[in-house]
Amino acid sequence: MAIRDRLSGNEAVATAMKQINPDVVAAFPITPSTEIPQYFSTFVANGSVNTEFVAVESEHSAMSACVGAQAAGARAMTATSANGLALMWEVLYIAASLKLPIVMACVNRALSGPINIHNDHTDSMGARDSGWIQLYCEDNQEAYDNMIMAVRIAEHKNVMLPVMVCFDGFITSHSLENIELMEDDVVKKFIGEYKPDHYLLDRENPISVGPLDLQGYFFEHKRQQAESMRNAKKVIQEVSEEFAQISGRHYGFLEAYRMEDAEVAAVILNSTAGTAKFVVDKLRENGIKAGLVKPRVFRPFPVDEMANVLKSCKAVAVMDKADSFNAAGGPLFTEITSGLHVKGVNNVMTVNYIYGLGGRDVNVGDIEKVYNDLTNIVSQGKIESVYNYLGVRE
Amino acid sequence: MSNCKHNKIVSSDTTWKETTEGGTICSPGNATDFPTGDWRSMKPIWLQEKCKQCLLCYPVCPDTAILVNEEGKRVDFNYDHCKGCGVCYKVCPFEAIDFVEEGK
Repeated sequence: MAIRDRLSGNEAVATAMKQINPDVVAAFPITPSTEIPQYFSTFVANGSVNTEFVAVESEHSAMSACVGAQAAGARAMTATSANGLALMWEVLYIAASLKLPIVMACVNRALSGPINIHNDHTDSMGARDSGWIQLYCEDNQEAYDNMIMAVRIAEHKNVMLPVMVCFDGFITSHSLENIELMEDDVVKKFIGEYKPDHYLLDRENPISVGPLDLQGYFFEHKRQQAESMRNAKKVIQEVSEEFAQISGRHYGFLEAYRMEDAEVAAVILNSTAGTAKFVVDKLRENGIKAGLVKPRVFRPFPVDEMANVLKSCKAVAVMDKADSFNAAGGPLFTEITSGLHVKGVNNVMTVNYIYGLGGRDVNVGDIEKVYNDLTNIVSQGKIESVYNYLGVRE
Repeated sequence: MSNCKHNKIVSSDTTWKETTEGGTICSPGNATDFPTGDWRSMKPIWLQEKCKQCLLCYPVCPDTAILVNEEGKRVDFNYDHCKGCGVCYKVCPFEAIDFVEEGK
């Protein structure tokens, strides 16, 4: 029987970690992810997990300890936000290139500066090319579910890549919601034991991890890494289907909300997608064929699924809670427009909105404005402004 | 699937499908398969007529460039693995090792 509980996003993720019972958790506190290692350390202290908790002196050390532990043959996890993630930067690339299936909660927060502790996606978007799989979550339930699925996805033999589970700081991490937990033994059975093919503590088969890899070899390893990310697509699908069987909750590469006949649509990551669903419902009552696409998987990027779900729309607004400072749109926008072009979908008028930076509130009225702009684009048959900023004082 | 098998040697011909994950070395002690002598800028020369076979040079070589034969005597340098660090030259009490610029 599933367990109903009222948990914050951070509590939900810490609870998932308790049920996963990893061998090692190495973490350093940083707002708004601090509660995850804090809750988890109480689980360690009261003996409800067998985990070795490493209280490191920085996030660089947190990720380094996870790399060392995972290479040794352990299941390692951590959590961080914003500048903490930035301090992990070089080690993120090492974790991915060494094919170490570490799972991390990234509680999204603006990357300073100027100094700010509130939610946007500048932290995880900056790490989008580090070789980590990235899953995004709208609410506490999705954060809990994705954390559990992340273990299976990461550790699959055809993947062996680290996974970052991203959800919105404060909005999700600190809000209480009623969610459905699975029983401990169900989670334990679902994730199974971590059995790497080769690991440092295997005395019978000694190996060296992380050697110098110069011109004659490096490229082959990066090509292999890229293939693992391609393989991840099939694995994410399989693991999500298996998860649906035990939980009743279905996950794909993206959630298509009222998209069947949508003429105007927004593409939004994480919690703001919830606000947009409310707006879509209101617009539908007024006869406007509005829809919403909420990507769950950003790495690997679901090019086919995205092109397929958007191809029948007349106008689409891609919303980025991070700017790329490339004068050509945010990261989600450039990925989607590139994907549409490659898939030959050239008749969808697509615009970009940068929104909610540094925790700026995004309310129903803001989202309504976006859909209003889209209906104007459709009626006028042209785009006045491709790159837009939503909710900034002009 | 893992390509990391015991005794597997990754060479400059190994394809991306066959190479080991992340460059993991699954065959300990394989340095002999990778000539590194071309890193050298200084080169030790063994002067056999001065050598007393005291074997002080043999244990200080950080690589496998000084080998001892079945009779317990050192033989000429293995230049495939000598990086020209000069430790053997410094340690030799009989000036039986010269140390010259590579290419001269």
